[in-house]
Amino acid sequence: MDKFKTLRSKLVHLPMHNIDTDQIIPARFLKATDRKGFGDNLFRDWRYDQNNNLIDGFPLNDPSTQSAEILVAGKNFGSGSSREHAAWAIYDYGFKVVVSTFFADIFKGNALNNGLLPVQVSQEFYEKLLDLQSKEEVELEVDLESQKISVAGKDISEQFEINPYKKKCLLNGYDDIDFLVSNKSEIEKYESTRNAFAN
Amino acid sequence: MAKTLFDKVWDAHIVKKVEGDQDMIYIDKHFIHEVTSPQAFAELKKRDLPIYRKENMVATPDHNVPTLNQHLPITEDLSRNQVDTLLKNCAEHNIDIYELGHENHGIVHVIGPELGITKPGMTIVCGDSHTSTHGAFGAIAFGIGTSQVAMVMASQCLLQSKPKVMRITVDGDLNPGVGAKDVILYIISKLGTGGGTGYFVEFAGSTIRQLSMEGRMTICNMSIEMGARGGMIAPDEITLEYMKGRDFAPKQEVWSDFEAYCTSLKTDEDAQFDMEYNFDAKDIAPMITYGTNPGMGIGIDEQIPSLAEVEQVDSFKKSLNYMGFEAGEKLIGKPINWVFIGSCTNSRIEDLREVAAYIKGKKKADNVNAIIVPGSRRVEQQAKEEDLHKVFEEAGFLLREPGCSACLAMNEDKIPEGEYCVSTSNRNFEGRQGKGSRTLLSSPLMAAAVAIAGEIVDYRSHLN
Ligand code: SF4
Repeated sequence: MDKFKTLRSKLVHLPMHNIDTDQIIPARFLKATDRKGFGDNLFRDWRYDQNNNLIDGFPLNDPSTQSAEILVAGKNFGSGSSREHAAWAIYDYGFKVVVSTFFADIFKGNALNNGLLPVQVSQEFYEKLLDLQSKEEVELEVDLESQKISVAGKDISEQFEINPYKKKCLLNGYDDIDFLVSNKSEIEKYESTRNAFAN
Repeated sequence: MAKTLFDKVWDAHIVKKVEGDQDMIYIDKHFIHEVTSPQAFAELKKRDLPIYRKENMVATPDHNVPTLNQHLPITEDLSRNQVDTLLKNCAEHNIDIYELGHENHGIVHVIGPELGITKPGMTIVCGDSHTSTHGAFGAIAFGIGTSQVAMVMASQCLLQSKPKVMRITVDGDLNPGVGAKDVILYIISKLGTGGGTGYFVEFAGSTIRQLSMEGRMTICNMSIEMGARGGMIAPDEITLEYMKGRDFAPKQEVWSDFEAYCTSLKTDEDAQFDMEYNFDAKDIAPMITYGTNPGMGIGIDEQIPSLAEVEQVDSFKKSLNYMGFEAGEKLIGKPINWVFIGSCTNSRIEDLREVAAYIKGKKKADNVNAIIVPGSRRVEQQAKEEDLHKVFEEAGFLLREPGCSACLAMNEDKIPEGEYCVSTSNRNFEGRQGKGSRTLLSSPLMAAAVAIAGEIVDYRSHLN
């Protein structure tokens, strides 16, 4: 996993609520056996029409935000399937942060396990951001160390929550496997006392 | 201190507490399938790590597989490659796998319970959100992502923050023609798709207690659709009766110990939940969804909400636009050309029996294409032993071979663009059953009635 660094970037805003993982990456693109290239099919059916032409007006297709590293979306982002391919696709496309007022549990966990930072903001912050964005070009700053998200050059900012262990992992580029495997003796000890009916 | 069922099972699986509120929990059973495991096997290989407890794992290919001619090689290259990769990985690591054609093969969430692998008090994970199904036995069962699949492969453990616990109590007798699927669609329509986020849900109350294991699995299966990590139901005599004699269930000699253990797996009288909801069974009608998330459900004789009644108007409009429906209209009488009976929500023998009982002696409407896919080889066999396949054939249906099929349309079973499908599966997201497909979720009984009528009907007047 790559280390998470403080970033300042333009954003892409998807105004829909309840964006589910089937929209993020449709099932027919889940047939790969490696992790590469999912970004090409991110929001496939919203981005492309039947003839594989880009659909005008879909925010991801806006030429002015092609370098954006922050995705901002409506409430309850990432509901549905446990497919980690959704997090891979978003990250592979180039996003490092997803901002929403509310995330589905499994998606949030998957994002964190892949160096993609889910930032949950208040409804108030979200609305201020959208309001400003409708008037001018906005950049966001995300500082994981101080758990702060702010609108660059403005007095709009907010603290966000993150599990301290997950924060450490992201900042250092560690993941849980290293940690879990280093606890082998405790796992074995647990196994020696396991309920017989749990087999 | 008084504990909930969830607390009891969770606490029994803590290997140790970790900083930042996390518990390292032990996983008793890890199911894997072809779609979410290849990258996990690759990760272990990359790190030169062995599979820690292969005996805690069971594999089955289900998402990609064809439902016709399973004895022949899979024709679609990418699907075949994923299934072959699973076979290869399992062979290399000596992991039990029920491959296509095997008598135990089927959808992972159907075969676990059916074989008696799923047991009360266990922790169960799978790289699939509907792992929640197994909670019907009083297990903590939840879906995980591929990184976590690799973690469990490497250590049989996961780091998890303990979720909050919610209890949903449903009391009373169900109305005629109303079943488990209607109950869960009703609950989700009330709580919304995010209503359970952050929670593990225990389902309780006299309505739930009266349900068969199949019905309970349907309920827990869809607990994920309201955002919950999973659902669970305390084991009782119905659970034990279901499990008795199954291949991997505890044997006769230890059965009374097992019974005693199961009896201990229930929420203590004065245990506290973080959230409670209560519903009355008599308020529940046969349900159907009209939108593009499972929370958008109504009773069969109700209207789609009007714009004034909804909060997120833009998302609501977008959804209705996709479905080709108008706010405020009724669904009864809408022509339907596709019916799908299957998926880990409703493809068990009881579901097929219910469908067969309704369609016996009737013929499907000419405009309807119906796909009936059993959840497992055993369900298929059982259906044949009971001559259900003949009932299906006489009515113009075909019983296919087991797999996920049109639930997510990764195989050939796709609903064409713009067409409506009344489906017994669990998700009605845009394009879920094929690009541009329009899904209406319902019970097996509703699906059967629609297949016969060729349009959406209030079948209650047809019940005898
Ligand atoms: S039947 Fe559908 S929901 Fe169930 S495991 Fe298969 S794809 Fe997932």
